[in-house]
Amino acid sequence: MTVGLFIPCYVNQFYSNAAKATLQLLQKLGVEVVYPPKQTCCGQPMANSGFEHLSQGCSDLFIENFSAFEYIVAPSASCVLHVKDHLTSQTNPELALSIRSKVFELVEFLTDVLKVEKLDATFPHKVGLHHSCHGLRGLYLSQMSELNAPPFSKPQHLLNMVKGLEQISLDRSDECCGFGGTFCIAEEAVSVKMGKDRVNDHIKSGAEYITSSDLSCLMHLEGILHRNNEKVKVIHIAEILNATL
Amino acid sequence: MKQTKTKDHAAMAEAFIKDEERVDWHDGALWYIREKRDIASKKIPEWEQLREAASMIKNNVISNLHEYLLQFEANLKKNGITVHWAADAEEHNAIVYAILKAKEITQMVKSKSMLTEECQLNEYLEERGISVINSDLGEYIQQIDNEPPSHIVLPCIHKRKEEIGELFHKHLGTEKGLSDPTQLTRVARKHLRNEFLSRRVALTGVNFAVAETGEYVVCTNEGNADMGAHLSEVQIASMGIEKLIPQKNHLSVFLRLLARSATGQPITIYSSHYKKPREGQEMHLILVDAGRTRQLGRADFRDSLKCIKCGSCMNTCPVYRKSGGLSYQNTISGPIGAILAPNLDMKMHADLPFASTLCGSCSNVCPVKINIHEQLYKWRQVIVKEGYAANTKALGMKTMAWTLSSPNSFNTAGRAGRWVLQNIPFVVNNKLNPWYKQRDMPEGSGQSFAEWYQKNGENNKEDLK
Repeated sequence: MTVGLFIPCYVNQFYSNAAKATLQLLQKLGVEVVYPPKQTCCGQPMANSGFEHLSQGCSDLFIENFSAFEYIVAPSASCVLHVKDHLTSQTNPELALSIRSKVFELVEFLTDVLKVEKLDATFPHKVGLHHSCHGLRGLYLSQMSELNAPPFSKPQHLLNMVKGLEQISLDRSDECCGFGGTFCIAEEAVSVKMGKDRVNDHIKSGAEYITSSDLSCLMHLEGILHRNNEKVKVIHIAEILNATL
Repeated sequence: MKQTKTKDHAAMAEAFIKDEERVDWHDGALWYIREKRDIASKKIPEWEQLREAASMIKNNVISNLHEYLLQFEANLKKNGITVHWAADAEEHNAIVYAILKAKEITQMVKSKSMLTEECQLNEYLEERGISVINSDLGEYIQQIDNEPPSHIVLPCIHKRKEEIGELFHKHLGTEKGLSDPTQLTRVARKHLRNEFLSRRVALTGVNFAVAETGEYVVCTNEGNADMGAHLSEVQIASMGIEKLIPQKNHLSVFLRLLARSATGQPITIYSSHYKKPREGQEMHLILVDAGRTRQLGRADFRDSLKCIKCGSCMNTCPVYRKSGGLSYQNTISGPIGAILAPNLDMKMHADLPFASTLCGSCSNVCPVKINIHEQLYKWRQVIVKEGYAANTKALGMKTMAWTLSSPNSFNTAGRAGRWVLQNIPFVVNNKLNPWYKQRDMPEGSGQSFAEWYQKNGENNKEDLK
């Protein structure tokens, strides 16, 4: 099995440890991983701002980089959802559709494709799980609190396999953090207030770390934590699942 | 009926957030209602099927609106109710005025009608010497404060009880400093009771209009709409044409969903059915289009007409909870307002579809399963193409699209990183960037993943250990 590793633009720049952990975790699990070097961005920042018509170039480039792989995996639920929902091609629409069904967020790839039931990971800390909205309500990584439906959680399932890790529970289990792409700039005041309230829920519950399958949420929460000199840290779920003592 | 707007949602929200204590209890009060809704909905095993049934019934209604409207009209007439058709707000208001004028009536009591707020009926009638009293308590409080409702179910949810006490002191002569809700309610009750007894015309909104019987249902908790209607000589109901349901038995779906979604109650205290005028009473029903048929013609947005106005999308929306309903500057605020408003005036409401993180919670609580967050995304595309996206233009989307789609301009690992730092709007490393106002920049790890991968190649398993 060969997997094309998709590392979103801002992850590449700011969170290379999460990208490395993703690569190493997949390799540990026996997966052949290739990182196509000419990748840039899925086009979501444009599309969510109403400029979907300008994102065709990004789609074309994505297809060029990733069409050859059996699976495409990324440590970012939001970017994956964008590709799944919006990847198009003017010249080969079928190819775009087939790629949509091959792209996976890391957690769902581990639980649904690799069907991981055991991990050799240790992380002796109190951890709060932040559900990214695109991971939750877009990719169905966990049951959504609004629905009258049986509970499940793919990230929790994986975190349960990590030795020493204690998951803390939150007052509001799956509320949005307020990042929202360009929303975090266009609606700065609301965005920050939402982020502060999410952060406080984790702090109040005694979390040492906030983890998520989306670094965009974590980047926003980290910005607030750091500015307010809070001790709580953010960490991508790949780094926890790959952690050893 | 044109309104003007000098500040956009972001600016209004920023002003609201300055009073953080207020935001915290506003957020908390609405979240409490969301939790009550969760508990109520989870007590019904078939909740999700009920939502699906409601969605399908409403799909049928908006797909066959013409037939149902004609059937409804015929049955209304059979029941002795006078039917009026209004193409827009102006026509609606003129119809109400003509009814009042024919009877030489100068006072009216009104309750539970967001539509007449949308039409700005009070202002219209007051200009013509007719006084209108909103008898729903929350709407009354907003009326005496000369402010529109901030929530379709909880019109004054953004006000502190002390602020309401102050208003009552000023307008109803209560003792200064009195803010006990029970005592204030008693005063309002006494005052409104006199209005009910003296006003000859009562206007209400409509929650559900049954095509097969020609009756309509008004759902309230206070019973003030009923009292107004029961004591009136002339009863008027105003409804948007989308409020129809085909059959009376469909109420068994909608009445179970409405109150649970709205407040977590099993059912509203009053679900009153109005069908025929009493002896000596006149009943009028006004069917209002006011942009609804235009929305019906928009394939991507017609589903918004399924809305039963429960307000659950507002209660769950974190943006609404933190920014307050008045920041939307539209009668219907929150997520549903943000997909309805651009249809009414795309230029004026161009900011609203952007007042969302697209988190999707609204679509999940919606009792008629409107894909609200997907419509927000689609409105953004429309608004940008129509050239109304003033605030997002500044984000330099064209340059960004060009660079990100070209591996040559983004190509080597180091350059890509520098480009991201300078251009991705939410991580621009510049202290003038709004990101930086209350948030630090990510520190980064010095070397980008691409640079590391380039040096370490594909056989890196050893290095990673």
